[in-house]
Amino acid sequence: MAKIVIDGVTYEVNGDNNLLQECLSKGLDLPYFCWHPCMGSVGACRQCAVKQYRDADDQKGTLVMACMTKANDGSIISIEDEEAKKFRANVIESLMISHPHDCPVCEEGGECHLQDMTLMSGHNYRRYDRKKVTHRNQYLGPFVGHEMNRCITCYRCVRFYDDYAGGTDLAAQASHHHTYFGRQSDGFLESEFSGNLVEMCPTGVFTDATFSAHYSRKWDLQTAPSVCVGCAVGCNTTPGERYGELRRIVNRYHGDVNGYFLCDRGRFGYGFVNSAERLAESQQGKGTGRRTVSEDEAVLELNRILDGGQVIGIGSPRASVEANLALLQRVGGDNFYAGVSDAEFAQLQILKQLSGESALHAPSVREIEECDAVLVLGEDVTNTAPRIALALRQSARNRADELAAAAGIPSWQDAAVRELAQRELSPVYLLSGYATRLDDIARATVVDSAPGLTQLAQALARTLDSAAPTPAATLQEEQKQLLGSIADDLKGARRPLIVCGTGSGSEALLKAAANVARALATARGGDQAVDFCCVVPEVNSVGLVLMAGETQSLGLALKKMQAGDVQAAVVLENDLFGRAPQSQVEAALAGVGQLVAIDQLPTRTTELADLVIAGTSFAEQQGTYINYEGRAQTSMQVFMNNQAARPAWKWLRKESETTLAGLLQTAETTLEGLAGITAILPVSAAAVAGMKYPRQSHRYSGRTAIQAAANVHEGKQPEDRDSIMAFSMEGMSSQRDTAVLPNTWAPRWNSNQSVSKFLDEVGGHLRQGNPGRLLFTRNGSSAGYFEPESAAVTTGDFTLIPAYQLYGSDELSARAEVVNERLTGAYVALAPHDAQQLGVAANDLVTVSADQEALDYPVCIRRSVKPGTIVAFTPAGQFPVAGAGDQVSLSKAQGSGQARFGNLIVSDLQQEGI
Amino acid sequence: MNSNLIASSATSDKIQARELTASEIEEIEHEKTLYPDKQAVGLEALKIVQKHQGWVSDESLLAISRYLDIPVSELEGVATFFNLVFRRPVGKHVMLFCDSVSCWIMGCENIRAHISQKLGIDYGETTADGEFTLLPVPCLGDCDRAPVMMVDENQHRNLTAEKVDAIIQQYRNNEPGEQGS
Amino acid sequence: MDKPLTKNIDMSRPPLEIAQYQAAGGYESIRKIAAGLAPADVLQQVKDSGLKGRGGAGFPTGLKWSFVPMGDNAPREKYLVVNADEMEPGTFKDRLLMEGDPHLLIEGMIIAAYTIQASKAYIFLRGEYIRAEHALKKAIAEARAEGLLGSNILNTGYSLEIVLHTSAGRYICGEETALLNALEGKRANPRAKPPFPQVSGLWGKPTIVNNVETLCNLPGIISHGVTWYQGLGKGVDHGTKLFGVSGRVRSPGCWELPFGTTIREVIEEHAGGMQDGYQLKAFLPGGGSTDFLLPEHLDLALDYDVIGKAGSRLATGTMILLDDRTCPVGMVGNLMRFFSHESCGFCTPCRDGLPWIEQIFVDLEEGRGSEKDIGILEDHLGYLGPGRTFCALAPGAMAPLGSALRHFRQEFEDHLSSKGCPYTRH
Ligand SMILES: Cc1cc2nc3c(=O)[nH]c(=O)nc-3n(C[C@H](O)[C@H](O)[C@H](O)COP(=O)(O)O)c2cc1C
Ligand code: SF4
Ligand code: FES
Repeated sequence: MAKIVIDGVTYEVNGDNNLLQECLSKGLDLPYFCWHPCMGSVGACRQCAVKQYRDADDQKGTLVMACMTKANDGSIISIEDEEAKKFRANVIESLMISHPHDCPVCEEGGECHLQDMTLMSGHNYRRYDRKKVTHRNQYLGPFVGHEMNRCITCYRCVRFYDDYAGGTDLAAQASHHHTYFGRQSDGFLESEFSGNLVEMCPTGVFTDATFSAHYSRKWDLQTAPSVCVGCAVGCNTTPGERYGELRRIVNRYHGDVNGYFLCDRGRFGYGFVNSAERLAESQQGKGTGRRTVSEDEAVLELNRILDGGQVIGIGSPRASVEANLALLQRVGGDNFYAGVSDAEFAQLQILKQLSGESALHAPSVREIEECDAVLVLGEDVTNTAPRIALALRQSARNRADELAAAAGIPSWQDAAVRELAQRELSPVYLLSGYATRLDDIARATVVDSAPGLTQLAQALARTLDSAAPTPAATLQEEQKQLLGSIADDLKGARRPLIVCGTGSGSEALLKAAANVARALATARGGDQAVDFCCVVPEVNSVGLVLMAGETQSLGLALKKMQAGDVQAAVVLENDLFGRAPQSQVEAALAGVGQLVAIDQLPTRTTELADLVIAGTSFAEQQGTYINYEGRAQTSMQVFMNNQAARPAWKWLRKESETTLAGLLQTAETTLEGLAGITAILPVSAAAVAGMKYPRQSHRYSGRTAIQAAANVHEGKQPEDRDSIMAFSMEGMSSQRDTAVLPNTWAPRWNSNQSVSKFLDEVGGHLRQGNPGRLLFTRNGSSAGYFEPESAAVTTGDFTLIPAYQLYGSDELSARAEVVNERLTGAYVALAPHDAQQLGVAANDLVTVSADQEALDYPVCIRRSVKPGTIVAFTPAGQFPVAGAGDQVSLSKAQGSGQARFGNLIVSDLQQEGI
Repeated sequence: MNSNLIASSATSDKIQARELTASEIEEIEHEKTLYPDKQAVGLEALKIVQKHQGWVSDESLLAISRYLDIPVSELEGVATFFNLVFRRPVGKHVMLFCDSVSCWIMGCENIRAHISQKLGIDYGETTADGEFTLLPVPCLGDCDRAPVMMVDENQHRNLTAEKVDAIIQQYRNNEPGEQGS
Repeated sequence: MDKPLTKNIDMSRPPLEIAQYQAAGGYESIRKIAAGLAPADVLQQVKDSGLKGRGGAGFPTGLKWSFVPMGDNAPREKYLVVNADEMEPGTFKDRLLMEGDPHLLIEGMIIAAYTIQASKAYIFLRGEYIRAEHALKKAIAEARAEGLLGSNILNTGYSLEIVLHTSAGRYICGEETALLNALEGKRANPRAKPPFPQVSGLWGKPTIVNNVETLCNLPGIISHGVTWYQGLGKGVDHGTKLFGVSGRVRSPGCWELPFGTTIREVIEEHAGGMQDGYQLKAFLPGGGSTDFLLPEHLDLALDYDVIGKAGSRLATGTMILLDDRTCPVGMVGNLMRFFSHESCGFCTPCRDGLPWIEQIFVDLEEGRGSEKDIGILEDHLGYLGPGRTFCALAPGAMAPLGSALRHFRQEFEDHLSSKGCPYTRH
């Protein structure tokens, strides 16, 4: 702790930080542009100037940039000093010289950091009366709009996009006052984090194109704190609605999970909520006999079926805990099955088993960023849990911070740290099925199929701990050397991390990964847990496996259905055709008496259902989701669905008095894995004077005439009986419980930068604590190493490796119209050599034959694919022809495919013929 | 390995990288021995390609990007930063005309006007016959012999209108004089 | 009088080849070092000599070197970089040295690199300096053939490679940290200091950046000793310096003269005085980013502090003379355009302030100026002043502007009242 004086007031600060950081952490208003808590200082904009005095006798002082000056003990500074104010006014005047002043038509208007800073810095009248510099805009794809004339050259976009997120296609170009930020030529922004530019840019250069398409001012949006349903990371979001339509999603700060950033799937994939395909009403009957039923009819019919006995429920990893619980309670635990593929279920069981082990720790995203040696085993994190991939990039940068610390350079001196470290990175080893987007930060990569990687992992565990089981295979010298270096780096690290997941599709690999982590824990001695990040595919995969009994696999359910043991099956938010082979699903459906499907959008399963119940999307319901690390988080309802859809838990509850809280309370007492879950429910005691939290913004207050053009009778606001939030026109004030932070706003801070006002320190944690609760209780020791199993021998020439895609692997986001533009469709990737042998070129079809099935896939050729393996991408809703590590045979098929490989953002695509 | 990421759905026509010539590659390879990092070689490669091709076309830019595995946007950022990397075609002879302070005091503006009038081009333009491109250049470091200009690799000093006429003629006749004089 | 910098230079013939150069006493310093001078000894001599950097800032060279980490724990890679970018308007001294006597620079580089134990040295040469490029290339090859470069130089166990890099052209590359970015193939924005290049420079390794002329002083210091060197100057600063004069004088040029020589002597004796019909109105004593001095300053001695006290800077020592028939507003406007175009675009005041200033000058010249504009110019003086911008480019631009507003206020007013430039171009 250091003591510094700011405008005569003494503050205790962290002397290692810079002055700007500390001023903001203390709640003081000091304008800035180029600085960002995650990206440090570069001193470009000069907006944060303050006066610094040598000592108490120094009357004159010198101007310094607060962001570039250490908050040394004894520092005396002034924000209010006239000269400093004058300088800051000059800076903002400069920045506004060529700014178009198009605020009325600018999407950033009203939540613009530049507007806020302009006012704060005191630039009211324009002196510059000459020509402005103008630029041409680029087409950057369906997600992000570009309006370069608004640019104030703060360099934040490229610093985020390239330096922080590892993007390569956005750069500063030209120079002096013609400096330009864009791609080399028009085209999609390639980074899967491009959407953050919208929030990173302090003005309206990079805008959310999906929002522009149905734009609304920030204060006209109804918002609530929500959780992204795109993957299992559980990033916190703020969706905004107006007139019954979801308009956009922006980041909601969470100190442990997403911090300031979202991935593009989460930000732009919301369009399915507004989809014209939405199941607005419930329907009964099949095929031509299908008819719409009223809500009451639907309830009656559903209850009739549910009460009819011999009913099974198939839960869903994309449905909330409450929805699954309601189904589970209704059909009973023995009749509740996990709606995931059997292979995935087996993997999730392992995760569940490991979640109690003291030697392992599931790291939060923030903790991942702190790790300084990483081993990734078989998981394409960028496509399965993108926000974690972004965190891994930051782990790799820890080496730079170490070097900087040794050289006495503070870590926030961003450019200096980068110049010192150059390309030096912390060790990251990627052992995966195919080349991934993180390869550029890897010290070494190995591309192999799951069986191959499993052998390496087994050997690595053994290298780390001689008590680990003897590996099944012997290794080559080269492989041994690699494992040696991996072992050394993991052992020598301050905080090593093992990343694996269900993405490999291989139970054996997951077990081997766990063995590596256990062996590492042993090798490191002591009782410090090893960070073991197990990525799972969907927002509530973990929740589902904590609820379903160990034996309750989908395969078992399907068998029972096929055998005719089941009168009715209720499928909750799930398309069975994506979870099991088509033949199995069809056979099961043929055997079941009644099929009920509850969903938001039509699927092949709803097509075949006898009763289709219209469910709500995440935005129209409150729900709890449990992320990959066992963190239960509440996602609040944003708006009321005006149609006949209801949240699944409401359809399914037996008593109409059952509340969300009630559901969770019962769950807590009956399901061991959910102990503690009720603690996450926000309590209204924290609300102002016992009132509910309004979902409308402060500036909405009293705007009752909003629909006046259409109707002079102002409609009554819907009532929210379920939560502590209200649909109210009163608007929220700025002083709120940060655990229920739907919308960041503070006086003088209309932009998202106001989030600093809600944090214990900038870049830190929400003042009332980050919402959510970790449910895993680790007090058990390991049951001992998993024994290596010898892989079952199947026939075929190629080993299958499943691939994932940010756009396409997730069922919901893939149905957003804009995301559609980025989809590729199913394909298999082959090594050039294999493609040649088979006589196929890119886009030709190949028939992939497995034990039971054969399917045709278009071919793409990737240089990094290991000969003898195929990398198969199967979009959500379809089931792959074979499992990971299975042997398949390939033959050239007639015709050619339609896959849009141009949408693939990979570095190893062989371009010929595309 | 990340420089070749593909985003093909661009609205603009796709640029195809051209083949680097053997001598370009040889020179680039030589530069690799002089600098420990490929990024430094990238800038050198831009200069090498320009030396051979006269300017750096989109196709060349892409070729360098592929060859050195440097993102094309990064190369563009560098290429457009520096004065002497030409991203647009130039004439056979490039006239770098010093318009800095000493030359200005010595009346370079008149000479510049004379050149412009004689060749019919302003700064940044190329004569219709593709012979000359006129560009301003900051102080050429020959201030004691101002006004000065550089044509290709030759410096011409104490310029007068008559001298300029002769110089232009000389280049038109392909008699540029000794290199680097 | 000894002229250690230019004694071999005769621009009417090619520069001395290595044999001739050695016959004239060249590379003696290296042999002296080989005979048993440790890096610390050389550093001490350079410190004692009082040599100050000739790149403009006049920072003591020995002191700068002393910040480089030495010893076994120091990074293995270290670099010496020669700043041969010379793009400051009105500056033409390094060109002379490199074209006239390239071996002198190489000799100086070996001394400097040896002192900090750098294994590699880059010459960052202005791209347009073709003749210097040829001369240096040849000289480097000769020195290598002679065993003065390469591995194990003169059996000292010390090795050095010199790489000649030609710049792709930007004035900002002369700023030593922007230069490092340019050498790394990046956009040449300057770097934050601290950390200084001596600690984290080229590719993050300890690096010394020195001006050509600075390095050319070293052979003399080591060969002939500190006492000899200190005896060269006439004034406070030690040694000799290249002084140049451009503008309407009878014989503009560049001469090696001792520190302490008066400005009058340089202008009147060496440059032959003003041309007929022209009178000296003012001058920039050390290149385009120094403050105007007036005829009343002619008798000042050319020493760093003396010129500093008079309100300007000695900087590069190349003077630009403003005569009575040339418009001071036009002259400053020319400089402003230069600085505006050469701004790297990284920091706000420089990037957006200079183009506005440039515009105002265009408007003043073309009769569109207003009183308000002059206020805006004055406002920018503080706004773009030292410490306010990221590097010294913008403050450098403010030097001629500020002093012009002080000394030539009337001329500015005249542009307003006569709606344009009252001077006739000639
Ligand atoms: C905008 C700018 C341009 C500069 N240009 C040059 C230059 O062309 N040559 C040079 O030697 N120093 C130049 N300098 C000074 C260098 O930054 C640095 O101080 C010098 O190279 C150090 O060498 P010295 O210690 O030998 O003087 C420039 C500085 C600035 C701010
Ligand atoms: S003062 Fe700023 S914009 Fe100007 S050259 Fe220096 S860093 Fe670049
Ligand atoms: S925030 Fe400090 S200079 Fe930009």
